[in-house]
Amino acid sequence: MRVQESYPVDVDAIRADFPILQRKVGGDISTPGEHDDDDTPLVYLDNAATSHTPEQVVDAIIDYYHGYNSNVHRGIHHLSQEASVAYENAHDRVAEFIGASGGREEVVFTKNTTESMNLVAYAWGLDELGPGDSVVMTEMEHHASLVTWQQIAKKTGAEVRYIRVDDDGRLDMEHAKELIDDSTKMVSVVHVSNTLGTVNPVSELADMAHEVGAYAFVDGAQSVPTRPVDVEDIDADFFAFSGHKMCGPTGIGALYGKRDILEEMQPYLYGGEMIRSVTYEDSTWEDLPWKFEAGTPPIAQGVGFAAAVDYLDDIGMENVQAHEELLAEYAYDRLGEFDDIEIYGPPGDDRGGLVAFNLDSVHAHDLSSILNEQGVAIRAGDHCTQPLHDKLGAAASTRASFYIYNTREEVDALIDAIDAARELFA
Amino acid sequence: MGIGSDMYRQQIMDHYKNPRNHGRLESPTFTHTGENPSCGDTITMDVQLADDGETIERVAFSGDGCAISQASASMLTQRLPGTTLSELEAMDTDDITEMLGVDISPMRIKCAVLARQVAQDGAKIHDGEIEIEQTKTEDGDD
Repeated sequence: MRVQESYPVDVDAIRADFPILQRKVGGDISTPGEHDDDDTPLVYLDNAATSHTPEQVVDAIIDYYHGYNSNVHRGIHHLSQEASVAYENAHDRVAEFIGASGGREEVVFTKNTTESMNLVAYAWGLDELGPGDSVVMTEMEHHASLVTWQQIAKKTGAEVRYIRVDDDGRLDMEHAKELIDDSTKMVSVVHVSNTLGTVNPVSELADMAHEVGAYAFVDGAQSVPTRPVDVEDIDADFFAFSGHKMCGPTGIGALYGKRDILEEMQPYLYGGEMIRSVTYEDSTWEDLPWKFEAGTPPIAQGVGFAAAVDYLDDIGMENVQAHEELLAEYAYDRLGEFDDIEIYGPPGDDRGGLVAFNLDSVHAHDLSSILNEQGVAIRAGDHCTQPLHDKLGAAASTRASFYIYNTREEVDALIDAIDAARELFA
Repeated sequence: MGIGSDMYRQQIMDHYKNPRNHGRLESPTFTHTGENPSCGDTITMDVQLADDGETIERVAFSGDGCAISQASASMLTQRLPGTTLSELEAMDTDDITEMLGVDISPMRIKCAVLARQVAQDGAKIHDGEIEIEQTKTEDGDD
């Protein structure tokens, strides 16, 4: 009980909700789902890539398929009506979770953060950007926004600018002031860096955007799962995040947008579900958010998304954040004990729940392979931030990222596995 | 741990720590460079052909990157002399994993085959079959 009491969340109880954490790894990977030859306990530290799914969320999805599976918004029949109510309510629930007072009309369900970004880039950017305009991002953007705005800028003749990251892994806000000017139409910034762990002053950046009449788009893929987020406090015009990084299923994410802006925007995908009336000559669009959700939507995933939000709210996002920070600081301190380990980003007491690093003598991919052989699942590569890695002078890095079910003992297991790699390469 | 590691058996680690034919040839018949963009592995292969213009006589490599990519290049420089260009061009992934003598996990295959790909592309450029500046393996990392 003492160990349990030393965490901001009840780790033992939470772990019991995630059966996958009990499995072993190491056997034949060509037979997914068959674990007979697995013999190594799993230490899962790749949560920034995807989190695991608690039984409560899986149950909600099962309830949907067993109980009221149907297409939405079409059938007059009972099942379709139940499915429609559940899917619509899921929008309200997710809106409430991020402080969007406009409810469902301000939350569009998408496939993931990347699609949310592309929706705005295509639906707003193609129409509104042109030569002489600029989009301001940061040097720590994920490819989801960096590549998207870069390519939309190429199509429209707009310019992309990147706010400098300083040696501590923080944004150079003086540079931001220089870059955000009258030409700026969009300031698109990542909330919590998936590589550096930096928590960016997005509210301040949104204010700077608004001062010059630009919109602020916040990439919340790593922030919504890990801390309380209120999009209206931030005053973001757009805000994107994914379900699968916050205990929800894959295949669903969300785009928050201020209602008046979404109203003005034209659809990005055309087809069924999103129209009000169609003739051979023309069409009109459904109300928000449906005009942006063409085709049969991810209904089961939407129901699962709402269940994930319920699950996290039961734990309390303040507690989730405290747990993340506790583990990040512990990992930062333990990794910091070694002179041959370089850690990227700000100090341990000022970061989100992830730590990216390199071990001098061992390439990140070798290190992750050796850690994998010991059951430790971490991420190695460029984490979709290639330009940032170029700036850091590292082709790749190794990243450990934490969630509500991780423990200090798992960080210790990571350190032990690194020791083994160091020994092998000595 | 050394004994317990599946992928990093002694032979791999030996070739990584003591690479064979590491450096440049004085007068290679052809030379070619390639990289795995997402890993940062880079390999340059120098190949010297015999007078018949077909048989590989000497091979050297230089570059840096992960143990798998570098050990694979080192082993390939020992394997290739005596074979012909057409035999080189026929080498597939199985030949490389057989040469390495360990199971390479799917995500690491591109590290293992980089040196072979560089040598093959170099040979094709030499034969006038393709025109590329540099080999880049498919970037499967996200």
